[in-house]
Amino acid sequence: MELITLHGIEKTYQMGDISVPVLKGISLAIRQGELVALTGSSGSGKSTLMNILGCLDRPTAGEYWLEGQEISQLTADERALLRNRKLGFVFQSFNLLARTSALENVAMPLSYTVEELSSSEARKRATEMLCRVGLGDRLDHYPSQLSGGQQQRVAIARALINRPPVLFADEPTGNLDSRTSEEVLQMFEQLNAEDGITIIMVTHDPKVAGHARQIIRIEDGLILDNTTAGGPTPQTGEITL
Amino acid sequence: MRVYTTAGIALKALRRNPMRAMLTTLGIVIGVGAVIAMMEIGAGASTALKKSIASMGANVLVIRPGTASSGGVSFGAGTTTTLTPEDCQAILRECPAIRNAAPMVRARAQVVYGNRNWVPNAIYGTTPAYLDVQDWSTLAEGEPFSDRDVLNSNRVCILGQSLVRELFEGISPVGKEIRIKNISFRVIGVLSSKGANMMGHDQDDVILAPWTTIKYRVTGTSLATTNQSTAATSDTVNTLSNLYPAAQPSLYPEHSSVQQSNNPMPVRFANIDQIMAAANSSVEIPLAIKQISEVLRERHRTRAEEPEDFNIRDMAELTATLSTTTTLMTNLLLAVAMISLIVGGVGIMNIMLVSVTERTREIGLRMAVGARGRDILRQFLVEAVVLCLTGGAMGIILGHGGSQLVRLLLGWPVETSPAAIATAVLVSAGVGIIFGFYPAWKASRLDPIEALRYE
Ligand SMILES: Nc1ncnc2c1ncn2[C@@H]1O[C@H](COP(=O)(O)OP(=O)(O)O)[C@@H](O)[C@H]1O
Ligand SMILES: [Mg+2]
Repeated sequence: MELITLHGIEKTYQMGDISVPVLKGISLAIRQGELVALTGSSGSGKSTLMNILGCLDRPTAGEYWLEGQEISQLTADERALLRNRKLGFVFQSFNLLARTSALENVAMPLSYTVEELSSSEARKRATEMLCRVGLGDRLDHYPSQLSGGQQQRVAIARALINRPPVLFADEPTGNLDSRTSEEVLQMFEQLNAEDGITIIMVTHDPKVAGHARQIIRIEDGLILDNTTAGGPTPQTGEITL
Repeated sequence: MRVYTTAGIALKALRRNPMRAMLTTLGIVIGVGAVIAMMEIGAGASTALKKSIASMGANVLVIRPGTASSGGVSFGAGTTTTLTPEDCQAILRECPAIRNAAPMVRARAQVVYGNRNWVPNAIYGTTPAYLDVQDWSTLAEGEPFSDRDVLNSNRVCILGQSLVRELFEGISPVGKEIRIKNISFRVIGVLSSKGANMMGHDQDDVILAPWTTIKYRVTGTSLATTNQSTAATSDTVNTLSNLYPAAQPSLYPEHSSVQQSNNPMPVRFANIDQIMAAANSSVEIPLAIKQISEVLRERHRTRAEEPEDFNIRDMAELTATLSTTTTLMTNLLLAVAMISLIVGGVGIMNIMLVSVTERTREIGLRMAVGARGRDILRQFLVEAVVLCLTGGAMGIILGHGGSQLVRLLLGWPVETSPAAIATAVLVSAGVGIIFGFYPAWKASRLDPIEALRYE
């Protein structure tokens, strides 16, 4: 089943009088349970595409179908709701709230859900999530007391707190050394394999991209190639976090 | 998003920079503190004013003789001698708006008891009605003099507390004899304490006696007759020879004691210094003035085109002026407090704008995980309101403490007012909402991508 389908997505930035076309007609399909790497050289438009995929931005033209719903024309509030329910984000620079415990960082997205959890329930869920990423013993640590790899794992726990079907990661290992990068990537593979979460990560590093099954290469706003490696077909079952 | 979570986030954000938060709220603290202090002191002052007015006799009208003039030269208020005790009775009888009225004559003389002496502020000759007019009916001790005492010009008197203190050093004076201008008076009662009135005039420094006694025995005795004190004090029987001092020509033949008892109050020339009348209520004061004016014009046979030979003053005018002044002062100070609150609000706005800029990435992150514009708006609004309420709470403590200090150090009357505290809370929350809105709105309009990329 196709989770994501793009049809002729274009994005043009308007810089005063000059229009800068960044995406020039991207069409692609991503199945549920897939582990995808978006690669390409710097400035090719990877982040721009990921922002559109992650509903942070709207395409200038084209169609975006997510779980059978056309979402390129949603309002800002509708997109916010969608992000909260269906999408998780992991950033290159972690973006954890300083002077806020790991637990509270993880629980933060719960305060924007439609159906509100009680604070004890939210704590319980955040604790579970942190245990899953192997930080059960670091609940009350502040980001400044955690290593880069641990911070990124807190960020992953935060992205998964609302049990989204899709996880986006923009250069998730960009600020990490190779050993902790490996840890984070293994965690992605594990989440993908065990829980069937669709993971889409942006990277310029071919070694990182090597962990993915589907590799989409972008060059100058267009898809250069889109290959899906053999191996086991991705799970399509319900998410069981 | 629940309000308490938002408030929790807001408190956390403020705790990140407590010094800055404190300095920011200083304007609010001072503004609210000033409002609270002003309202408490103002309420205390107005209560004190009301009490003071009440002690001077609420709804009291003072009727005085008018100005005599001759050849264009005016001799000053009270120089016509047209007001009589009968006028007073007529007023009481014919003016329905008047509750009670008392004639008054005034004297100023030395009062002697034993080896002590004192010159009281006022020696008033009046009738028992005076106590009712002045709302002074409950005596501290003893009995008031009666209408019969007035009729017989008995030498009895009631003392104010200051006199008890000065002459008797606090010992009960009831039954003792004091001497006013060498005329002996028996003290039969002591007035309850009234304290100073709002002009600082000691209202307890007073002697009340029957007006006939004061008129004919005290003020009637001119300097030339002061030597007759022996005769005056030794004779306890009330005879006309004592009423009319020997220096004056005797207008009537002497009464025998039989005549005296048959007709104890002979016709005599009597004019009084003023009449004090109490209106039924403050709203009836204008009506009472009109009625008194009509009665007195009629009695004094004043023609319609002639000016009145008396004038009527009411305390309402004075109290209105005084309370207007207090209100004006309070309002001026409130205006200053308001300016301080606005300045404080601008400070809040400034610091919230800084906070929004500082936390741009946080805003971007919150938006990425699903916060809508209105969630962000609410978060920053709540933060501004929490900031202002904290300042408001400190201001309430400061203002209350300040007014208590004023009470303790300066002895000003102060009244804690729950309304002022409620107002302060509402005003500081309002300042937070008004001045926090623009920064919060700015935050809510951020683009998540740009906010996340913000360095
Ligand atoms: N907000 C913007 N306004 C104008 N140009 C932009 C904006 N965001 C990105 N671009 C341009 O789009 C191009 C692609 O950027 P990006 O998607 O971030 O590349 P990358 O593949 O390195 O992530 C770059 O040339 C960049 O200058
Ligand atoms: Mg990029």
